[in-house]
Amino acid sequence: MLQLNVNGQRHEVAMETDTPLLWVLRDGLKLTGTKFGCGIAICGTCVVLVDGRPVRSCVTPVSAVIGKHITTIEGLSDDNSHAVQQAWIEEEVPQCGYCQSGQILTAAALLDSNPEPTEAEIEQAMSEVLCRCGTYPRIRIAVKKAARKAADKHKEA
Amino acid sequence: MKKVKLTRREFLITSTVTGGGLMIAFSLAGCEQDRGLQVQTEAGGELPPESDEGEFRPNAWLSINSDDTVTIRVGSSEMGQGTLTGIAMLIADELDADWSKVRAEHAPADEAFTNPIIGRQHTGGSTAIRGFWPIVRKAGAVGREMLMHAAALQWDVHPDVCHTENGAVIHEACDHHNLSYGELADAASQLPIPDSVFLKEPDEFVLIGKSIPRLDTPDKVNGKAVFGIDVDLPGMLTATVARCPVKDGKMIRFDAGKALALPGVKRVEAISAGVAVIADHYWAAKQGRDALDVEWDTAANASLDSAGIEAQFKAVVDSGLIERDDGDITESLGAAAKTLEAVYSVPYQAHVCMEPMNATADVRSDSCDVYAPTQGQTSTQNTAMRITGLPREKVRVHTTFLGGGFGRRSEQDFIADAVECSKIVGQPVKVVWSREDDIMHDQYRPSTYNLLRGGIDAKGNMLAWEHRIAGPSIMARVSGSEGDGHDWSSTEGAKNIPYAIANQRVTYAMSNTPVPVGFWRSVGSSQNAYVTECFFDELAKLAGRDPVEARLELMNEHPRHAGVVRLAAKKAGWGKKLPSGHARGIAVAESFASYVAMVAEVSIDNGDVRVHRMTCAIDCGMTVNPNSIRAQMEGAIVYGLTATLKGEITIAGGQIQQRNFDDYPLLRLEECPDIDVHIVDSEQAPGGVGEPGVPPTAPAVANAVFALTGKPVRRLPIQIA
Ligand code: FES
Ligand code: FES
Repeated sequence: MLQLNVNGQRHEVAMETDTPLLWVLRDGLKLTGTKFGCGIAICGTCVVLVDGRPVRSCVTPVSAVIGKHITTIEGLSDDNSHAVQQAWIEEEVPQCGYCQSGQILTAAALLDSNPEPTEAEIEQAMSEVLCRCGTYPRIRIAVKKAARKAADKHKEA
Repeated sequence: MKKVKLTRREFLITSTVTGGGLMIAFSLAGCEQDRGLQVQTEAGGELPPESDEGEFRPNAWLSINSDDTVTIRVGSSEMGQGTLTGIAMLIADELDADWSKVRAEHAPADEAFTNPIIGRQHTGGSTAIRGFWPIVRKAGAVGREMLMHAAALQWDVHPDVCHTENGAVIHEACDHHNLSYGELADAASQLPIPDSVFLKEPDEFVLIGKSIPRLDTPDKVNGKAVFGIDVDLPGMLTATVARCPVKDGKMIRFDAGKALALPGVKRVEAISAGVAVIADHYWAAKQGRDALDVEWDTAANASLDSAGIEAQFKAVVDSGLIERDDGDITESLGAAAKTLEAVYSVPYQAHVCMEPMNATADVRSDSCDVYAPTQGQTSTQNTAMRITGLPREKVRVHTTFLGGGFGRRSEQDFIADAVECSKIVGQPVKVVWSREDDIMHDQYRPSTYNLLRGGIDAKGNMLAWEHRIAGPSIMARVSGSEGDGHDWSSTEGAKNIPYAIANQRVTYAMSNTPVPVGFWRSVGSSQNAYVTECFFDELAKLAGRDPVEARLELMNEHPRHAGVVRLAAKKAGWGKKLPSGHARGIAVAESFASYVAMVAEVSIDNGDVRVHRMTCAIDCGMTVNPNSIRAQMEGAIVYGLTATLKGEITIAGGQIQQRNFDDYPLLRLEECPDIDVHIVDSEQAPGGVGEPGVPPTAPAVANAVFALTGKPVRRLPIQIA
């Protein structure tokens, strides 16, 4: 039995230790918000946060994350209240929506480590996740908006 | 408001929803392909007869529950284009529903949801809004009329003194008389169907024309939206399929031993597409497939390659069938003061939906359920019927969200995989393709070879335009027959250029190959607009004309084209000074009943084309949801730019050479230009918006590169030598 800490909860799952985290999350724990896009660490749709940092779950063997804190899209908030989710809703970023878990977690990790990213930093970080529907113009706007929202929340707190 | 009669063809059915409420269904049974809805003047006003077995099974577009919620079932598939919201808006507006109470969901496969333009339940050709527009509004209006009638009966007044607003019927004389739709739903469901209804005039719309937020957004930012790949059924197994990498190869034998020895692998079975490895979960299935030992017979196409395919097209380009012939092309080319000849070619393109192909099937002895991200519910049902031998009413199709469609999901290969696997193992099976499967086994946008000739007179007027196209036929592939050698999809965007050139000839030489071709976002226009709009700029240059002026001069008969050209040029600051090393290009195309012009601003950076800005003007008739239109233009530009700057499917040894995003790269965010979208105000019937942004993208960029370098771009993707 593998023991994992996902979204603040302990989970047990019977899968081989070399199984990529992606498939443990999706098929083992039924957390299907994390998506499969390429399987070779290029597209970024499978991004989850491991100890707060974006990781490509399709090439991360589950053995490498035992004992670490894993956050998937399901764990970002209970009610779409995370600043990035709020900005994504206001800017109506998603089209098909398939890449958006990877986009949102990548943006959340960026703002967490760098609350006031420059445009160049946003371009660089968000170029790691592909979107075939072409939501890029809105992602640019939404990341900046999320940064402002997070800053406002911080001030209120 | 405008009174319209309902016809008996538009069989509207009402019934009581379990638990109380009103349900309205709407059938287009008998609607014939491509003829659209036949509006007859026969009066309705009665309940339709009981349906015969399998012939007519009503289904609900709309139900209203006693708790005031309005559920709208949408027959078209949500693949990112916003159709769930768009169709719901049309119905809710005529219903005068309270939008905050409206939910939209995918409808089951049912004749009631037949797309009136296509003739089956199918999402494609940017037809959802323009096809259903005249129909579903009536469904909403019927609901409104009946609710109003129910209220009037309750108050014992004439319906004329009532009106509806935001999900309630209001008695005009005394404002305490106010009943919500939920309160009236039960009573309304007992009433006869009216024989005519009132439809709103455009100035009465409450929702239509506004940027109403999409209904599916909240679930697409938290992982809750269920895509096909997310389907999970009790006892479900997951399969991957090994397919012959060489086109049309056959399986000779396989050895399942090593695969079956792996943990989690349950079965290894031959299916039509190849060999299926069926396991507890995807990773086990994939490991099993990697371990599988399969011998393929690849002899048939082992020497097929891209150069040979291009040579095949070139060899037949002069023997095409005539698709358009105005004036006298030979004489006019002979009489021209200057002529120009050019060869343009475009490569095959893959769809690469972000969600790899997949489907889930649960085949039982007496039923089959298919859960799938499909663009074609009728085709999916047909596929499952063929494989299981079950009658239509025993095959249920459950449409999930689609992680992209772009035409790829109108194909049924991934559906067949799942149904065959489930039939064999007698358990629910989800088949998941890898990205490599997806790229190597697509039905590609056709590669074509184009020979163009143009002539201008001594004053620089365009006299002659000849366009010879050679390439594979999508319609031949999907129908299994080359027919009479014509294919509308191969010439759309070529034979309908908007320019008043007196002598025009367009020919098409069908030249099929073992590389399967299919509908790719905007289909024939995706390549023909590139070829024609770029050759137009070559001729304009030969004539010493400005590309915008040259277009406008020849577009007197096409005011909607001219309108978007003017708007895009104006908004882009056409003619205004640019930073050095930058240039602009323009292109225009009509497709799917919408008109789009784009101006691209580009520079060249270390041999790479950098697109800085795309200014887009669209005339899609009456706008249903402007924000959705903007999103579709943005998306189409990004989709089109991948094909302009990067995408190319090549063939060697009978195999597709590309495998994944490393060798079939997509445009990334940092490469995405600034995009401005401008929508023309119009009261014309709505046109499509999902596809029409793609065709002008490539030529606008290629024309900008031509303006910058002086060298025409005659082959995609653009390569700067
Ligand atoms: S699926 Fe992991 S990066 Fe693409
Ligand atoms: S929203 Fe469809 S792939 Fe990004």
